[in-house]
Amino acid sequence: MESMLHITTLHYLVLGAALFLLGVIGVLTRRNVVIVLMSIELILNAVNLNLVAFSRMWGGLHGQVFAIFVITDAAAEAAVGLGILIAFFRNKETVNIDEVNLLKW
Amino acid sequence: MAPVATPFFFYLFAAMMVIGGILVITRKNAVHSALALIVALLAQASLYLMLYAPFVAGVQIILYAGGIMVLFLFVIMLVSIERSMKERQFNSQWVVGTIAAVALGGLFIAVYAKGKNTFPEHALSVVEDTNTQEVAKLLYGQYMFAFEIASLLLLVAIIGAVVMAKKRI
Repeated sequence: MESMLHITTLHYLVLGAALFLLGVIGVLTRRNVVIVLMSIELILNAVNLNLVAFSRMWGGLHGQVFAIFVITDAAAEAAVGLGILIAFFRNKETVNIDEVNLLKW
Repeated sequence: MAPVATPFFFYLFAAMMVIGGILVITRKNAVHSALALIVALLAQASLYLMLYAPFVAGVQIILYAGGIMVLFLFVIMLVSIERSMKERQFNSQWVVGTIAAVALGGLFIAVYAKGKNTFPEHALSVVEDTNTQEVAKLLYGQYMFAFEIASLLLLVAIIGAVVMAKKRI
């Protein structure tokens, strides 16, 4: 009970792991491309939570700066990913990821 | 100012994040998924505040919940989702995918259970009132080169998004 009430870094790490797993499950199982991209955002957020929690643990700010870089990356990834999605939808009239099999061997 | 009732708010926001994440990956309608993701992102911003990271919390709200999610909602409106809502939502390898993810979770639990004693018992004290200034000093000082590369990355992303989404260049 004592360990439940005293919030440590490990609590944040477990929460980050849970979110990461939810994102992985979303990427692996969903067929809608938009939701796959949202699951990738969940994964990036789980990483950010870990970075900020470690930053708090060591009393430095390097983790927070890194989290800001990850958010920048996420913005770039979302913009390009959604651009690709629009091009894909224009060609195939669907958002189903199983239809993207041109490069399948 | 020291946070009050830390365990209560931690578990509240953690529950909001996990429930939001579950809704994201299970909803049929992509708009519902996006709204659930916004709730999860806002709860995460609150957790950043509890971790003494007010600048990252602000960036999270403005850039993530404000910018990226609006982009998502716009694209959901551009592509027609009626047809995909009538289709099967999960692909044929969903059992294998879920088992693989759960195995990864078991690995996480094993690592954390083995390594939890290596963490310091109490977090070090951090400067709170000058957080933004200190982050700015690091961004424009030690991480200046990475900052410039990030701006270049955003430029490439803008051009890439326009090239992809435009019918005819």
